[in-house]
Amino acid sequence: MIRTSDIVDVIVGMVTALPQAPREVDAGTNIARDLGLDSLAVMNFVMQLEDRFDVSIPMDRLAGIQTIGDLAVAIADLKGR
Amino acid sequence: MTILDKFQPLQGAYDAVRAAGQDPFTVCFDAVLSPSEATLKGRRVILLGTNNYLGLTFDGECIESAVEALRQGGTGTTGSRIANGTYDDHAVLERRLAEFYGCRSAMLFSTGYQANLGILSTIAGRGDHILIDADSHASIYDGCRLGQAEVIRFRHNDPDDLARRLNRLKGAPGNRLIVVEGIYSMLGDTAPLAEIAAVKREWGAHLLVDEAHSLGVLGRNGRGLVEQAGVEADVDFIVGTFSKSLGAVGGFCVSDLPDFDVLRIACRPYMFTASLPPSVIASVTRALARIQEEPGLRARLTGNAERFYRGLRAEGFVLGPQAGPIVSIRMPSTEVAIAFWNALLEAGVYLNLALPPATPDNAPLLRSSVSAAHSEAQIGAALAAITAIGRELGVVAAPASRAEPLRPQGDGPRRASMAAAPIPVAPAAVAETTL
Ligand SMILES: Cc1ncc(COP(=O)(O)O)c(C=O)c1O
Repeated sequence: MIRTSDIVDVIVGMVTALPQAPREVDAGTNIARDLGLDSLAVMNFVMQLEDRFDVSIPMDRLAGIQTIGDLAVAIADLKGR
Repeated sequence: MTILDKFQPLQGAYDAVRAAGQDPFTVCFDAVLSPSEATLKGRRVILLGTNNYLGLTFDGECIESAVEALRQGGTGTTGSRIANGTYDDHAVLERRLAEFYGCRSAMLFSTGYQANLGILSTIAGRGDHILIDADSHASIYDGCRLGQAEVIRFRHNDPDDLARRLNRLKGAPGNRLIVVEGIYSMLGDTAPLAEIAAVKREWGAHLLVDEAHSLGVLGRNGRGLVEQAGVEADVDFIVGTFSKSLGAVGGFCVSDLPDFDVLRIACRPYMFTASLPPSVIASVTRALARIQEEPGLRARLTGNAERFYRGLRAEGFVLGPQAGPIVSIRMPSTEVAIAFWNALLEAGVYLNLALPPATPDNAPLLRSSVSAAHSEAQIGAALAAITAIGRELGVVAAPASRAEPLRPQGDGPRRASMAAAPIPVAPAAVAETTL
């Protein structure tokens, strides 16, 4: 089992590498608003995470995800199934 | 605060586009003269962005059939298929479609959009899994949203990614439905259908192919990519539209599954909307016969498409990965795309302006669709206008300053240039309102 906090660390690492990343990125960062991503860009960013963690995040799960923390919880949950 | 405040960013983007010239979303033709020509503000324009692949909108026989049906059956059915809206002609067209595809059943829908909405939301239920290509049309995304299945996107035209995602579902209960398109509407590339069918077989999934842009266009008999790729036995559902190669409006789904017809009383976008009027049914029935009787239409379309694609490529434009009836030119920026589109309209050529996020890999595109009805002169005039404007705007270099000599190129690197983007492409016209 991976811990949610480890997943947060990986996502923060990936987000920090984005050109438009804000200075402070943490579990509370709002993916669309703070990173300036439209919904398609979010879906494509999520695809990279899916590869990294070897999970598929169904689209209806994505609708409820706002922050990096939410995303990490969803990934941890899907990994734990 | 009003309920429409949330659209302010969209309105802002729209205003910026409109400020640069004509409004690309409200082009209003004075008159459409033929499948390939219209008048706009009193001037003639070549239509190069209307999905009228076989030019059948003005086919004499289709018009005659429609007129006769209009007189005999009236202007509309005023009811849905399950109430008063099924006439013998609807049933006949369904039988003809089923015969054309060699399937047991066919269902008509009032548009192709509704066909996807209805079929996807109904055949996959709670606990099932739909795997859709990331570049799927908006109607596929919306059909998924209307239903209760879990929806997973796989990377565009990537059978390995599809297989990986099916593998991740190992052990989960529920059916798997894979959804792809014959020809993708933004770049005109086709799905690697033989490979996708192999994945489908390996994982015991179902396969749906949306042939909206490929019906009548691909395959020896016009049965689309499914026929061209020789995978008819592997495809469980084919969805299509009457609004492109068949020159009218409406949609359908065909299937060989024995119980398919139960969907007529389960599929809400089929049950709760008025059926197609007799005149439309008549012209579509005729058009479906025309595409079988006249393979020459397809040959002309292919010839025009290849000439247009090669002509643009020789000038150095960055195009989609495959020659075909949809030819999209990649623009360096949204500003240039808008200026280019306006200049072309000014020069008498209408095509489509496609802006991110509705486009793959966030590149603005000038999207054209070639028709069998285009004359050689029209293709030549369009090539000349696009080349001249492309040079003026610096999208391509003029011959003198070009490094490579001007010669026809093989299927070299440029062919794949658009597909080789490092970031997975964004879906065409997908989840949100597109500008
Ligand atoms: C792939 C695809 N599916 C479905 C449709 C919808 O077709 P219709 O115009 O009949 O609603 C389109 C048309 O834009 C399309 O490109």
